[in-house]
Amino acid sequence: MDYVVLLKQVPDLAEELEIDAAGTGLDREWMSFVASEWDEYALEEALLLRDARGGTVTCLALGVAAGDVDELLATCLTRGADRVVKVGTFEHAPDSHTAAAAFAGALAHIHYDLVLTGVQAIDDLDGQVGPLVATNLGLPHVSVVTHIAVAGHGSIVTVHQEYAGGVVGEFEVQLPAVLGVQTSRETPRYAPVSRVRQLMKTATIEAMVGGEGGGSGLVVEAMTIPETGSTAEMINGSPQVIAERIAAILAERGIGSGVAR
Amino acid sequence: MSGDVFVIAEHRDGAIIDTTYELLGRAKALAGASGGEAVAVLLGSAVAGLAGSLGAAARVIVVDGPGLASFSPSAYQAALVPLVRERQPALVLVANSGSGMDVAAGLSAALDLPLAAYAIDLTVDANGPLVTCQLYAGKILAKVRFTGGRGIVTVVAGSFPADAGAAGGSPPVETVVPAATDDRIRFVDLLRPEAGDVDITRETVLVSVGRGIGEQENLELVEALAAVLGGAVSSSRPIADAGWLPRTRQVGKSGLKVKPKVYLALGISGAPEHLEGMRNAELIIAINSDARAPIFSVAHFGAVADLLDVVPALTARLGG
Repeated sequence: MDYVVLLKQVPDLAEELEIDAAGTGLDREWMSFVASEWDEYALEEALLLRDARGGTVTCLALGVAAGDVDELLATCLTRGADRVVKVGTFEHAPDSHTAAAAFAGALAHIHYDLVLTGVQAIDDLDGQVGPLVATNLGLPHVSVVTHIAVAGHGSIVTVHQEYAGGVVGEFEVQLPAVLGVQTSRETPRYAPVSRVRQLMKTATIEAMVGGEGGGSGLVVEAMTIPETGSTAEMINGSPQVIAERIAAILAERGIGSGVAR
Repeated sequence: MSGDVFVIAEHRDGAIIDTTYELLGRAKALAGASGGEAVAVLLGSAVAGLAGSLGAAARVIVVDGPGLASFSPSAYQAALVPLVRERQPALVLVANSGSGMDVAAGLSAALDLPLAAYAIDLTVDANGPLVTCQLYAGKILAKVRFTGGRGIVTVVAGSFPADAGAAGGSPPVETVVPAATDDRIRFVDLLRPEAGDVDITRETVLVSVGRGIGEQENLELVEALAAVLGGAVSSSRPIADAGWLPRTRQVGKSGLKVKPKVYLALGISGAPEHLEGMRNAELIIAINSDARAPIFSVAHFGAVADLLDVVPALTARLGG
């Protein structure tokens, strides 16, 4: 089985996000990037499937200048990917429809049985890349996947799609297909930074042009940072002071044995 | 193009899911401004009876075929693409659920119709639909319009009240045969979680933990706090994913919706998926080391601190 994983980078939410001067996008000047969390689960799942049954894992990432795509792909190699490809050239991260068209164009030149990507990303305003790529390629797709098992001599996968309340739908999916991965059965494996740095210098990172898309069809009128804490009454002070105040708030509602008595 | 607002009805186990009513209520409110009607679209096999549960719609379109007996992303997409292409609604509203994500993005790509995802608000004014979307784990809101004036919206559960969409009525029902089928994805079974030791939807006090707990061993601290409060420990998704607590303790979109008297959110940043499950708690007290964590936007009381410092102090104060 040949697995392809689609990855991208997103702004690191550990850093503070700011809105640009036009008020319609993020201020990119000091932005730092990380791999999209769900894409990392997709990669881990692909590696586990390959390790169990054989085959190859090819990682595709968008060639965005503003990020560290080489580092992302070198990390994929460090974790065990067989081949890595940079797709398209973009100044900044494109919308999901453009990303999907780029990936779909590249996939015309790569053999795959199963395409895995993150179920969503923190910035996919115009929808999730997985079903968009699948529909571009005329492939079936399942989102919010939490379990994948290959069956039928590699012609079918059995997957679980998660719903509210822990309810799960089990499906049989004919391959080739695209899956949007919600979580992997193991925590994504560790990639030593020294090894990533070394591979960035020595490994082959291929490049492909990718397909062109018509864009998202959305116009952003305004972006804002919602006011956090505007509704919460903030408690300041040492842990003891905070604990004291919370105990008092709970006591007012008759909760907390020690205080209620 | 019509001014109709389509709502793709979601149903499971023979019942309409609540989020469908939230969307239907909103569709009803917007249909006038949009110049059309609120139309519920129900896919299934022999589901005409369920159409009676969609009384708030002005019309119900039932797409009825044996291939739609259970939800399947490929069968739904094959059936919906020709219908939406032919009827040209102004808006298609879909719940941002496991099945809704497949339906909405699949439709968008197949019909070249734009999609605004993670919507928490939707209005229609003189310039057409205006959608407010939640991005970057709830840290950013984007107000967007569709370039052609029409589009698909996936709506976060809990964004609109369900009451208006659950109203009774007997709208006309139009039954159509799916124009196409696609059986490449076959439904096998619906799996339900095993009943847990604790039903967190019935607890008065929930002490809920997220990534901020750091290590599994630290769960003892919150167990001790829950014990002195007479409550139970619940969690956000990462804790259940790590296997530190059973899935039955998970609060949020893919977990359970809870409404306790008191919800202590400890080290939970408050991603939209989590807020969906607990924002209606009577009293929310949040402790998080990040002052900008979205959890503080739904909390009644908040403290920027390390839960590992505050929790033992609180347990001690409460006589634990």
